[in-house]
Amino acid sequence: MGIEIVYFLIFPGLFFSGIIGGLISWADRKITARVQFRQGPPIFQPLYDFVKLLSKETIIPLHGSVTTYILAPVFALFGATISAVFILLPVLGLETGFAGDIIVIIYLLNIPSFAYIIGALASGNPLAAVGASREMKLILSYEMPFLLVLISIIIKSGMTIILSEIIGYQTANGAFIGSLSGIIGFITVMMCIQAKMGLVPFDMAEGEGEICDGITIEFSGSILAFFKLTRYIMFFALPALVAGLFFAGLSLSGIHILWSILKVFVIVLLITLIRNTNPRVRIDQAMRFFWLWMNLFAIISIVLALMGI
Amino acid sequence: MGIKEFCFKKSLWVFHLSAGSCNNCDIEILDLLTPRFDVERFGMKLVGSVRHADVLLVTGIVTKKTRSRVLEIYEQAPKPIIVIAIGACACTGGIFTSGYNFAGPLDTVIPVDAYVPGCPPKPEAMIAGVMKLLSKPAPANNEAIS
Ligand code: SF4
Repeated sequence: MGIEIVYFLIFPGLFFSGIIGGLISWADRKITARVQFRQGPPIFQPLYDFVKLLSKETIIPLHGSVTTYILAPVFALFGATISAVFILLPVLGLETGFAGDIIVIIYLLNIPSFAYIIGALASGNPLAAVGASREMKLILSYEMPFLLVLISIIIKSGMTIILSEIIGYQTANGAFIGSLSGIIGFITVMMCIQAKMGLVPFDMAEGEGEICDGITIEFSGSILAFFKLTRYIMFFALPALVAGLFFAGLSLSGIHILWSILKVFVIVLLITLIRNTNPRVRIDQAMRFFWLWMNLFAIISIVLALMGI
Repeated sequence: MGIKEFCFKKSLWVFHLSAGSCNNCDIEILDLLTPRFDVERFGMKLVGSVRHADVLLVTGIVTKKTRSRVLEIYEQAPKPIIVIAIGACACTGGIFTSGYNFAGPLDTVIPVDAYVPGCPPKPEAMIAGVMKLLSKPAPANNEAIS
């Protein structure tokens, strides 16, 4: 029992992934600033934001459900942390996981998005409801290609549904990114991650221009800080999952730590560059993009994986 | 200076409220976010919802139409909040003091922490105003007014 609590609260869980995720979100803002020829925020900026939000007043809206409204950020943080634990334990090579943990991870990764939707609807704000409906449509669109790519990964790694065995297969036979189906699957997964994180071009759930931050419009103070921390943790957990699925995992021993940092950095750099070089698309364009093109890509990836390419 | 106050001063999220301006002040505020002035290096950023704001930048005269809206937005913001009056209009009324729909300069409606005069003020003046404000002790206006 004791070791599980340490896993959840300290090492791969809340504390560790919160700090690394904060650093990654700083890197994201800094790269954005450098792309726009600006200086960018200082390195402790995510920490300052988080502590400041914790110390601000929390306003409960008059209409809507108070209990759901307050519990939604807690569930979002819980879902992000537990999925970070389940992802990072096998990816960092600490534990082997259990049979079918990749399916559990798919379910857990959806908890933060659902918590966003429930919290937005509980706040009773019409603009938040518009954001929630867009987020729902977005989940419906990106889940399918994400699952299809996972199927192609499972086929390539010899029909195993254990994340540590997928990583072990890549360590023995070379990373999946080196094959054609791996590259196509990687492109699809990067797009799905962009939508999962709610970043441009798929940030229509919190369109700042027209619906004033959408799903988080009514949140303030410490519950907004919880959402921020969820964002930070997802910013680490999702690139770590991609590193596990396509780049043969991360490692914390000796010189391998530099390789691991490089892998995560490359993925984050790709996410940030996509976000900085694209305008936002409409929700119907996003749905068509995922349902038509990304599903097509994922199916091509499956067919190539079956052919062994 | 406590850790809370330090973090507050390092991460100011700005909500921009136009109470009836001629739009020049607003353009100058947008200049602050461009590469030339880049206030993000001080941790400031523009937010879309007043619930996330730490600073209320108010531009323009307060008209009879917007007076109740300004009050409402001030009450919706989570405290502590800093209010900065940008431009001659928000500070005193400027050239519109004798206008038929002028409803008092900003500080007769909500408590103001800093004034940045000018028509419109330069972006450097706004940065200087915020920095002067932050070198003082913590913002005091923590209660809502009715
Ligand atoms: S101070 Fe000058 S520039 Fe600013 S809103 Fe008033 S008239 Fe316009």
